Amino acid sequence: MQNKLSPFLKTVMIFGYAFLYLPILTLIIFSFNSSRQVTVWQGFSTQWYTTLLQDKALIKSLWISLQVATSAATLAVILGTLAAISLIRFGRFKGRGFFGILTTAPMVMPEVITGLSLLLLFVGLEQIIGWPRGRGIFTITLAHTTLCMAYVTIVVRGRLADMDISLEEAALDLGARPIKVFTAIILPIIFPALLSGWLLAFALSLDDLVIASFVAGPGSSTLPMVIFSSIRFGITPQINALATLIITTVAIGVMIAGWLMHRKK
Amino acid sequence: MKSILQKLKLNFTSPFWVTAIPFGWLLLFFLIPFLIVLKISFSDLRFGLPPYAPLTEWTSEGLLIIKINLTNYTFIGTDSLYLFAYLDSLTIALLGTIGCLFIGYPMAYGIAKASPSKRTILLMLVILPFWTSFLLRVYAWIGILSPQGYINTLFINLGLISTPFPLIDNTFATVLGIIYCYLPFMILPLYAFLEKIDYALLEAAYDLGARPFQAFIRIIWPLSRPGVIAGSLLVFIPAVGEFVIPELLGGSQTLMIGKVIWNEFFTNRVWPIAAALAVIMLVFLILPIAIFQRYQEQQVRFLDAK
Repeated sequence: MQNKLSPFLKTVMIFGYAFLYLPILTLIIFSFNSSRQVTVWQGFSTQWYTTLLQDKALIKSLWISLQVATSAATLAVILGTLAAISLIRFGRFKGRGFFGILTTAPMVMPEVITGLSLLLLFVGLEQIIGWPRGRGIFTITLAHTTLCMAYVTIVVRGRLADMDISLEEAALDLGARPIKVFTAIILPIIFPALLSGWLLAFALSLDDLVIASFVAGPGSSTLPMVIFSSIRFGITPQINALATLIITTVAIGVMIAGWLMHRKK
Repeated sequence: MKSILQKLKLNFTSPFWVTAIPFGWLLLFFLIPFLIVLKISFSDLRFGLPPYAPLTEWTSEGLLIIKINLTNYTFIGTDSLYLFAYLDSLTIALLGTIGCLFIGYPMAYGIAKASPSKRTILLMLVILPFWTSFLLRVYAWIGILSPQGYINTLFINLGLISTPFPLIDNTFATVLGIIYCYLPFMILPLYAFLEKIDYALLEAAYDLGARPFQAFIRIIWPLSRPGVIAGSLLVFIPAVGEFVIPELLGGSQTLMIGKVIWNEFFTNRVWPIAAALAVIMLVFLILPIAIFQRYQEQQVRFLDAK
């Protein structure tokens, strides 16, 4: 099937990738601009990286975001894996169809609705049972877990469906307890899916502005919330510097992941 | 002790708990919240915290009264601003979806036809922006499109124009932002289907005298249609409720419903109105979401069958 790409396809591909990457490139280039006016080049400088590192509110929000993303991703992997096992291994139990819909729905639901509804839940719960007390890191984590577990379920579900079930059946026939089958057979096989699910959940949580804005409380602004309030009023080179750091980190991470996968083959 | 626990099925590895824990979580944090939104959309506005009145009330005679009022919905129905916001959202989301399809389809096709080693890199390059900050990718376009942005600065310096093009704070910029941010969601499902196609079919069609366009319409397009549907829904559904893109690129004249809900909630603090707006948006999206869900189920069934 390896035909040569037609000139038309080649042009579209070049245009498409330029479209994806040129805006990111401008962010990176102008993070090194010495002028405060972001769009006019006035010479090379790293001053915005220095001001970035001195921005206390921003650094604090980064820590909050990392905290939330770590716990939300971990919880989402646990819940998503349980959901995927239920859906793929337990046959047709009562309510399976409904459960299946519930697990993927948070993925397509507009964030404004998810955020609003979760806030109303937290407010209502606090009124009735006094929990959760106020809103902050804890409520953001709960909200992000709900969003992220949908993605984890899909990733793990795909892996479980591809897996050879006879291994588990053999182990069960030989008298292994279900928990043993899980830790000794299923877990090692689905581990790559758990890892990529965790990373995906981590990235999603780190990236979310809308849901976090609804369920955050005073003093729990996440990184996207702080970025948003500063870019709402125009462009600041400091944010370009931050974008460059994020993009570099992600690119290095993806390259390492790609290299590891390549080496495994 | 242990036997009692086992009798009560409190053994956390039993199938019951494996299902009950995530199911319970989703009921509490996904389904019940919607019912609350629905409930609050029927309640009266009230000053104080929370800014809505309870739906039920005990009278002095000990009777329980349930007050359902449709004021919020009739209010939304009479103000044409809301109607325009819904229409704008649907139009912009649709334009964005079509744009993604036009750019995404040939790209996905090109990736599927590339050699395996190139394919991995090309796919990685599509996914990479998705892993970086969504907010910052939208922000990049402010620098490009604004009156002092790169495009306008370039054209003014070249002496081609004297006043900047109105590139930002309009529908055009919003649609562009949606295409830019959601393109990976279109390419990935399309690629998944285009990659599975047996391209010998295409050769056969050529041998039988089909022209390239004809071969595409009769063979490639039908086989990739599930990918087109999945990709389009993955773009359209979240785009309808988009807040960040219209807020940063759309200016004050672009009123998408996500932005209106945000403002009613955060600025005007009218929670019942925001809730009613969300319920109506969900009604619009029920059909696309149902189609997407069905598609998802079919996908999984296909995987199960393998």
